[in-house]
Amino acid sequence: MNPSVDALRATFGTAIGRAAVARDGETMVYVSAGRLREIMQWLRDTPGQGYHYLVDVTAVEHRDRELPLEVVYFLRALDRRADLRVKVELDPAAELVVDSVTPLWKGADWLEREVFDLFGISFRGHPDLRRILMWETYAEGHPLRKDFPLRGRFSRAEQVRQALAANPEAHYSLEELTIAEAFSELPPDMKERLRRGERGTLQGDE
Amino acid sequence: MKHVVDTKEIAGQSPNWMLARLDDLVNWARANSLWPMPFGTACCAIEFMATAASRFDFARFGMERQAFSPRQADVLICAGRLPFKLAPVIRRVYDQMPQPKWVISMGACASTGGIFDNYAMVQGIDTVVPVDVYVPGCPPRPEGLLYGVLLLHKKIKQESLRDRALREEHPLAESGLRLPPDEIDAVSEPFGNSVHQFRSA
Repeated sequence: MNPSVDALRATFGTAIGRAAVARDGETMVYVSAGRLREIMQWLRDTPGQGYHYLVDVTAVEHRDRELPLEVVYFLRALDRRADLRVKVELDPAAELVVDSVTPLWKGADWLEREVFDLFGISFRGHPDLRRILMWETYAEGHPLRKDFPLRGRFSRAEQVRQALAANPEAHYSLEELTIAEAFSELPPDMKERLRRGERGTLQGDE
Repeated sequence: MKHVVDTKEIAGQSPNWMLARLDDLVNWARANSLWPMPFGTACCAIEFMATAASRFDFARFGMERQAFSPRQADVLICAGRLPFKLAPVIRRVYDQMPQPKWVISMGACASTGGIFDNYAMVQGIDTVVPVDVYVPGCPPRPEGLLYGVLLLHKKIKQESLRDRALREEHPLAESGLRLPPDEIDAVSEPFGNSVHQFRSA
């Protein structure tokens, strides 16, 4: 069992649910959805924990529809070579929504979009929660949910018609294909060099 | 003939004129300089690349130059599964190709959807673009693709210049589809090892 679980219990008390060792030897810990952001920030920033790297975000729906849906976060502390799986349970009868961790890890952006696209779980505070794998006008639902029929909800002819009606150039906005938005976050000297149109030099160039 | 042409004089030289049907001549030229437009989406594209490389070398059949622009291509080779998200893309590529043009559907997925009888996959590219030759296999070996190319040669050599219908463009119908909807539903029916899966399942 990963010692981070005991540290979590000492800090957050009842917000930490059961914990178990998965079959591959890694520790899974269930936390309360209400305090997820807080707990993730603590895991990332506390010295001795240092889970700086978010490997993946995914979700699980069990075959038993009474069981809650789980959102799973794979965390890794690169310098300690430690892994931790944090799970949040969501009641399938209630609204499927959980706090976004994108403010903590930028890499969570597209991972949470994928979970939203395929499971229909919303992430509160996500900057751009849109479909990512299915096209944006996809109207059949969320394909990885258990109540989703394998072949989709529409007839094949209707699926082909909707697919052909799509604009093949609309899937990626210009913003997605450029780094224009990231410009404001570049360090000042890099901005200045870009502004001057500096192209860089090869070694040996004078 | 002996009285018209002195065979002794032209023996050992090539004749400087010959007769042929225009159809034969044009079809011979078309069949032997097919520029492929590769539309590789999956593992079939690996076999396609093997077919293009030195061991199998489809340059032997006049396909030396792969046209990575539809504007300069003669034959669209769809090598791999086609998800619905790519359906408008292959349709646009096909529409951009100038006549004369042909389509080879390479492999089980391109031809029928293959094992991917699911919500994301086109069940046969012929629901999106017309297909001339289907190459079965998962994926087909390079010999299989070459055999398909030779079948296409055969087909081209039987075409007639007078048959204008062959070169007509067929844009999508008013319904936004290439085929009538019930035909698409019929060719998309489950088959093979997926017969136990139903739309409601």
